[in-house]
Amino acid sequence: MAVELRGIEKWFGEVHANRDVSLRVEAGSVHGLVGENGAGKSTLMGVLYGYYRPDRGVILVRGQPVTFRSSQDALAAGIGMVHQHFMLVEPFTVLENVVLGVEGGFRLGAGLARARAQLLRLGREYHLEVDPDARIADLGVGQRQRVEILKSLHRGADLLILDEPTAVLTPQEADHLFRILAALRAQGKTVLLITHKLREIFEATDTVTVMRAGRVVATQPTADTTPERLAELMVGRAVALRVETSPARPAAPVLEVSDLVVTDGLGVQRVKGVSFTVRSGEIVGVAGVAGNGQSELLEALAGIRPATSGRVQWKGRELAATALPSPHAWRRLGLAHVPEDRHRLGLVLPFAGRESAILGYQDDGAYNGALELSWTAVAAGWRRQAAEYDIRPADGRQRTSAFSGGNQQKIVLARELDRHPDLLLIGQPTRGVDIGAIEFIHRRLVARRDGGAAILLVSVELDEILALADRILVMHDGRIVGDVPRASATERALGLMMAGVAAPASAATVGPG
Amino acid sequence: MSPAVNRARRLTPIMLPALNLVLALALSAIVVVLVGEHPGRALRLLVVGAFGDGEAIGYTLYYATSFVFTGLAVAVAFHGGLFNIGAEGQASLGGLGVALLCLAAGGWPTPLVIAAAIVVAGVFGAAWAFVPAWLQARRGSHVVITTIMFNFIAAAVMTHLLVNVLIKPGQQSPETREFAASTWLPQLHEVAGRLGVPMKPSPLNLSVLVAIVAGVLVWRYVWHTRWGYALRALGHSESAAVYAGIVPARVILVAMSLSGALAGLVSLNEVMGVQHRLLLNFTGGAGYTGIAVALMGRNHPLGIALAAILFGALYQGGAELALDMPALTRDMVVVIQGLVVLVCGALEHALRRPLDALIGRGPVTEPS
Repeated sequence: MAVELRGIEKWFGEVHANRDVSLRVEAGSVHGLVGENGAGKSTLMGVLYGYYRPDRGVILVRGQPVTFRSSQDALAAGIGMVHQHFMLVEPFTVLENVVLGVEGGFRLGAGLARARAQLLRLGREYHLEVDPDARIADLGVGQRQRVEILKSLHRGADLLILDEPTAVLTPQEADHLFRILAALRAQGKTVLLITHKLREIFEATDTVTVMRAGRVVATQPTADTTPERLAELMVGRAVALRVETSPARPAAPVLEVSDLVVTDGLGVQRVKGVSFTVRSGEIVGVAGVAGNGQSELLEALAGIRPATSGRVQWKGRELAATALPSPHAWRRLGLAHVPEDRHRLGLVLPFAGRESAILGYQDDGAYNGALELSWTAVAAGWRRQAAEYDIRPADGRQRTSAFSGGNQQKIVLARELDRHPDLLLIGQPTRGVDIGAIEFIHRRLVARRDGGAAILLVSVELDEILALADRILVMHDGRIVGDVPRASATERALGLMMAGVAAPASAATVGPG
Repeated sequence: MSPAVNRARRLTPIMLPALNLVLALALSAIVVVLVGEHPGRALRLLVVGAFGDGEAIGYTLYYATSFVFTGLAVAVAFHGGLFNIGAEGQASLGGLGVALLCLAAGGWPTPLVIAAAIVVAGVFGAAWAFVPAWLQARRGSHVVITTIMFNFIAAAVMTHLLVNVLIKPGQQSPETREFAASTWLPQLHEVAGRLGVPMKPSPLNLSVLVAIVAGVLVWRYVWHTRWGYALRALGHSESAAVYAGIVPARVILVAMSLSGALAGLVSLNEVMGVQHRLLLNFTGGAGYTGIAVALMGRNHPLGIALAAILFGALYQGGAELALDMPALTRDMVVVIQGLVVLVCGALEHALRRPLDALIGRGPVTEPS
């Protein structure tokens, strides 16, 4: 037994985050931990990694009870953590990052030489090859993650905790990560994998533990269960993992974009001449690894970020891409925008929920008297939307930041769909959203498509694109490198295009230059 | 969550400032002991000096009136994420406007002068705030820096005008001639006397009513109009405001102008209500005190009114204290005021954790 947690209880004020949690992680295994947001996974891992002291319960490492006062103690006991957000010094080399904090004595040179030898050995043993002298700033996300794993191994970790490790990876990079995990297991290391993607549980783990509402609801060998069963355990009811959709019936073009170029504040071209059309009654998905220009494309179309050049047609009307309508004017024309980053754009976190629910529509006649906002009307609108979208809690006076991720997203979605827009721009509709809410949101989007709305969907979750989009555009380095109907799309082909490797097989529309 | 905890939670916005005040007074007591006086007696003198009789209360509210104006000024800008340090300069310019009006309007009926003075004080204050606002909105020059600089410019302008232009001929001190009595803002004890209600004389004047109306209007504006909504959205998150179609430059110009106008109204109280002439530095630091008042009043008109009364009491009671307890000089009183600002403003949240722990609640949230 590598690690055992017994009867862990953790309270945060009134919140009972962990309730009598017991977890046994077999040495030399890959153990998955799944659960919705707020199920207590992060708290539990915080307890195991020395961030939190449990209010009750025991931690045993290799059979010995231990008390962690800090993450240093956890590291000393052989527990390492790879965070979702990397903790690397960008201007430093791989080697310098790995030795940071464990330089080993006064003279840096000797420690570096020892570390270099160990790094090369670890790289060979675990498929973790990274150039020790490369600067972090020059490395891709997948490689940075390997550096994080190397950091933990270099510090002598026997048990590695990985928190949502594939959130930022392409499918190919994720596959490589799973090979690394298999190699770690083969060498006797233990891995605790936290994820909300059920597919990964089945690809990578030996045993899986499901948490719900602070409790462990099941621990079983992965081979003995199914994705549907796990989803049901996580949510507490049966869940459709894939929304059934009928074929799309595209009608007239709503948005036609030609040769759109978007340059960021530093003068770097982020969108390099893309052209595409979104028709009424279809969902067009934009796939791509985060940071390949999708965000800039979405913000430029929404009127938040200026475009440099190009042409845009709105329902056949020509608009100069450099002078697109303001967000305010767009809303009146019938465009709604669910932004990728709801915390930065879509909501005002310190506002009450019902205040956030009118963001962008604060000038709307329905909410305003001659001089003053009608809080009665706002509250009525909130009640209607909260009921229709099952926003919980339904108390509109609660601070926006106190709603869970899924409910925050429902606030944005309810607000933007409320006026039946002709075009919906939607980015990462289910980022940080629980599995139960994902199903709900997907159903709503498909219903709107069937109701004749045009939807442009940007998502880094390939599963989501494949589940919803009728047509898939793949973006790489600011260009559209593929335009594939869903029927002929495969994850592998899309993944290669996302990585910029393969020439597009059926590229109908490719940006120039 | 138990009902008791819920009740205790709702009381936090009241209990926290109260605890802070107690802490500030406790620290002040140490200062009083250090200079060899009895803290209990000092506190009694302070309280009696500020609230002991009608005259004391009148003085306290007279000081508080100016602090309400500047506190509201700071709060309005603050809701838009703007730190207006320039209320002092904006108030001075408001005074210039009011003085020019009163000097010119000798023969006008008093109600007309009052109405015109409210407009002029607001317009002059707003104009002085508009320039930094424009620089912030269009050029990105930080409003904290520019409003501080505008305080110095205002001081220089006022000195120049009072020494060289507006000075009453044939005298040495830099001040204008006294305004015609018909342009004075009536003091409350006169009004009360005319209505047959006896009231002890104090400088408290009709501007206190203007302050109350201003507080109510600010409350409606910030929390009950779409413009206030846009202001608060911008203050919390500029990116979300842009997403919502709010134009930050426009909101900044409006908010700062309103803020300046509120600061300008200080002159109704000081210039038109009490001194009846324009003096150098008639603001007496009210612009800066307004920052502390807004902070302590949590940028809410009701809180600002309470904080303004507290500071008014410290001014008035402190003056009495310095008179009755010679060991506690005027400077000691300033130290005590400084401690209140330090504990209630700068260290506002120092007691929050212990208080939260006491009533057993989780993560910290702000009241809306």
